[in-house]
Amino acid sequence: MPVPILKQGHYLVASIQDALSDGEVLELQENLLKQIGDFRARGIIVDVTAMDVIDSFASRSLRTVALTTRLRGAEMVIVGIQPDVASAMVQFGLLMDDINTALNLEEGLEFLDRWTAERADADGG
Amino acid sequence: MQAPRTEGDDSCLPELVSHLRDNRTGLREEWAQRITDAHLLSAMSEEEIFSEVTSVFDKYVDTLETGSVESLQEYAEDLSERIIPRGVETHEVLGIVLLLRDVLARSLFQKYQEDFELLNRVLDAYEPAANRIAVIVGVSFVQERERVIGQQQATIRELSTPVLQVRERLLALPIIGELDSQRAAQLTDQLLNAVRSNRARVVVIDITGVPSIDKNVANHLVQTVRACRLMGAAVLVTGLSSDIARTLVTLGVDLSMMDTVGDLQGGIEEAEHLLGYEVRKAQAASPEDKR
Repeated sequence: MPVPILKQGHYLVASIQDALSDGEVLELQENLLKQIGDFRARGIIVDVTAMDVIDSFASRSLRTVALTTRLRGAEMVIVGIQPDVASAMVQFGLLMDDINTALNLEEGLEFLDRWTAERADADGG
Repeated sequence: MQAPRTEGDDSCLPELVSHLRDNRTGLREEWAQRITDAHLLSAMSEEEIFSEVTSVFDKYVDTLETGSVESLQEYAEDLSERIIPRGVETHEVLGIVLLLRDVLARSLFQKYQEDFELLNRVLDAYEPAANRIAVIVGVSFVQERERVIGQQQATIRELSTPVLQVRERLLALPIIGELDSQRAAQLTDQLLNAVRSNRARVVVIDITGVPSIDKNVANHLVQTVRACRLMGAAVLVTGLSSDIARTLVTLGVDLSMMDTVGDLQGGIEEAEHLLGYEVRKAQAASPEDKR
């Protein structure tokens, strides 16, 4: 089953419900990048709360989406990384220092709100 | 040689046991005397030593007689549990058991000195049993000690890493004492879970109480910071002493991704700023009201 991508205001929310195969990761990546353009989204939230493992392929793909999103003038935030997953990722050296993360969906939305407000300020000035 | 030995075992043990029972008082006293002379069990009073000596002696003879080690083992564990908190050392326990073995062996020599053949047979029966008893007592003491040490280590680990909530969404983690890999891993674990349950957005890690830091510990800290970031919490590290700061620079640990603030107070203030808190003195607002 492909990961559902929900439109929520100016943002897209992709909520991953299960462990993903590499193919599904690529599919998600493609769909997200396509829909940014289609909906003129300002932000993407990828919710990984349900993922027990984030391997190097998944983290690299997510990172690619985030960097591509940025190039298209939007911002991405990954939410819901669990404590064990976070420890494991750090130990395996899967670095996401340049990627936004937030605790949960609510925080992620708040982050994007702040980000768009700041950008609007910058544009206005 | 093997066959006569086993024969000796069977025929001599009852005689041996009854000899030890008959001379119980004398042997016990001699043993207690030798313990005191050797300055063993200095943590206990003479009366205590004598009462323990009596029960150990009886268990010892019982074990020789029945060959069953269960009750002795139970007693040894119980004894270890009682004497370890009083600071009795391993060498003392082993010394005492070996003294008893010597005392009893001497008394056997004395009794059977006329008949060398018989003495030999009695010793054949006595020595393996006595050695087994010594091993049982020594091993249960060491095991008990290891159990106590393990328990204490667990307690220390629990105590040493409290994660404190300072304000809504702000956690403080004061680290006291040396960090090793195990502790660092446990600490990261505890912190990440606290970040989730307190929905923390900023974490202040204070290492004022860490006496020294090496490459491994520094890398652990970096990992902790990264893991917290992944969960959406910013981390401020405070309390790096000048020595530690110099060590880190000399070691070439890459700390560019760590935000550091001089002391805990500064860290908390910075964190409050990040969270949008504004802290003011209550008095500062009041002069207007007074007018």
